[in-house]
Amino acid sequence: MARDLTPLFEPRGVVVTGVSSHPGKFGFVALHNVLSCGFSGPVFAVGREEGEVLGHPVLASIEALPENQADLLVLCTPAGANEGIVRTAAARGVRAVFCAAGGYSEAGPEGIEAEARLVALADELGLVLAGPNGQGVVSTPAGLCAQIVAPYPPRGRIAVASQSGNFVSAFLNYAGQTGIGISRAVSAGNAAATSVADYLEWFAEDDETDVALCYLEGLPDGRAFYERVREVTRRMPVVVVKGGTTSGGQRAAASHTGSLASDDRIFDGMARQAGLVRAATIESAFEAAATFATQPLPSGNRVMVLTTAGGWGVVTADAVTAHPDLTLAALPDDLRTAIDGMLPPRWSRNNPIDLAGGETRDTIPELLDLTAAHPEVDAIVQLGLGIQGNTASLTRSGPFHPDHGLERIVDYHERQERRYAAAAAAAADAHGKPVLVASELAVARPDNPMVAAVRDSGRLCYPSADRAVTALGHLVRYAARRRART
Amino acid sequence: MPTLSEAASRRIVEDAGVAVSPWTTAADIGSAEEAAASLGLPVVAKLCGDAIAHKTERGLVRLGLSSADEVGAAAADLLAAARPEDGEVELLISSMVRGNRELIAGLIRDEQFGPCVMLGLGGILAEAVADVAFRLAPLERADAFDLIDDLGAQSLLDEFRGEPAVDREALADTLMALSRIAENTHIHSVDLNPLIVVDGRPVAVDALVETA
Repeated sequence: MARDLTPLFEPRGVVVTGVSSHPGKFGFVALHNVLSCGFSGPVFAVGREEGEVLGHPVLASIEALPENQADLLVLCTPAGANEGIVRTAAARGVRAVFCAAGGYSEAGPEGIEAEARLVALADELGLVLAGPNGQGVVSTPAGLCAQIVAPYPPRGRIAVASQSGNFVSAFLNYAGQTGIGISRAVSAGNAAATSVADYLEWFAEDDETDVALCYLEGLPDGRAFYERVREVTRRMPVVVVKGGTTSGGQRAAASHTGSLASDDRIFDGMARQAGLVRAATIESAFEAAATFATQPLPSGNRVMVLTTAGGWGVVTADAVTAHPDLTLAALPDDLRTAIDGMLPPRWSRNNPIDLAGGETRDTIPELLDLTAAHPEVDAIVQLGLGIQGNTASLTRSGPFHPDHGLERIVDYHERQERRYAAAAAAAADAHGKPVLVASELAVARPDNPMVAAVRDSGRLCYPSADRAVTALGHLVRYAARRRART
Repeated sequence: MPTLSEAASRRIVEDAGVAVSPWTTAADIGSAEEAAASLGLPVVAKLCGDAIAHKTERGLVRLGLSSADEVGAAAADLLAAARPEDGEVELLISSMVRGNRELIAGLIRDEQFGPCVMLGLGGILAEAVADVAFRLAPLERADAFDLIDDLGAQSLLDEFRGEPAVDREALADTLMALSRIAENTHIHSVDLNPLIVVDGRPVAVDALVETA
């Protein structure tokens, strides 16, 4: 049973301490963010001076907090003041504390003692304590942005828990860039009372969340983390990226086994055994989570590559073939015959299915559906879209538009791109198989109508085929484990 | 951490279910020759004692002894090489098993994650290649197979230079045995190095147990 973190992520009301009129101070920023992102519950600000900040009344003391209106206390006050504030707030009905303030275990022996007292106090009062020394908590279903930093992400199905606040921000920035949104996000800070495992367990029970994404550095009790997260991964994919992977070095040991045991090799074995999805980089971790959040789990590892032209298909076939968890699907005879009827004979007649420019108006949408429907195909990577949109862009901005028939052709190209993106999403939905669209235009020209339409379909447009294949590999591996172990 | 002799280490891993090369101990030259005759030539002779953890480095391993005379001469050499700090020693005589592939397997206790079972590529290049993977004990059998699948050099586990493919069930048995040994908290670590693949089946030809 997970610890109940509802008052942290779904508070009825929020109280922020340390509020002053100085817009550079954490208390001001936290209040600003809570007031600016759509939180509909009551918000209370506590500062040293009664008055108004951002047009919002400021209470001169936590004693003035009305009873049973705020569940969440956001501490932006110095460590020395916080124990008294917490005790009073709890008496007023507060049930969760996010301690953004520093000056705790990261700050030497006195801080370690202060942190221990804060933890003991939270235990005594039955409070959820997040942090200290964290950047804050975000919960899009609640419109909550209780952070001392930006950004506030779009709403979605990914929940973030991170041992580094800056990587919370990084993941939220990627969410903003890609449109693949966030349900909850928390910076664990010193994780004095609430650890990443606590957050993951709660996320697994959260109706707003389909996948967890976390950044880890140290795991002082790695064994307990393993025992807990292996249960979480039976219910929900958990994507992990680990910092500090190269510090292992060799240990003094009589055994050969000991000398081969680096921290990272053991962490990697633990992650695989626990069913964690381990990503190599921050951006691939986000892309893996975004893929879990937006694509169906595949029921096998056979990948079909569709491309409008040659080179893309070749390198993608290489990437699929080199991936230990993926297989380049054999092109089924009946599918080959069907495609023969749709395209001029120069098409590849193999996987990758390379149209070699032979497509007409309806070929790509029809082919996506036909391929996704085939029982010998488990997943599709679609390449080479966006060309018409690129042409339309140059034509539209050139000196001849809209004359010479250009207005009509530009409209046609743009309409086609939107159709392709919609067809990819529809094929995934209709047949319950991942259909990943990859193009450098995702980052090079995010205004390309295909890229925009993929985004509008709620899917990720992968910036390269390699990155699509990496994300797909994570999906296939996790799905295979779920089938094998449950 | 104190180490056990190869003989004591072999008894522990054998009891847990690890296949080891046929072996016996001998106190003197005569019984070494008898042991070799009953095991069948060729044999390996080693000097064996609790304090002797690095036999190869000290030249205390004699391979491929193929006559009673060779066994007798090796036994005499090894007994003469014993040092006072080695404490009580004896000879360990084992069958000389052969195979082109060497693996390494073991058990360690990690500060963060506790007992971990390791499998890797063995042989003289083991440390340079570092093709190794870990799982946390206790292992489920599916974990043992995943651990085998984690090795980078999968082609070495297939048919190889006229030898059959590695028997994954037998290799999983070895890994499960190490996982069971982890339940004994008095044992700090185990090294099966090398684990020679003989007709597809892994056979430990050396074992080293560290006690807590």
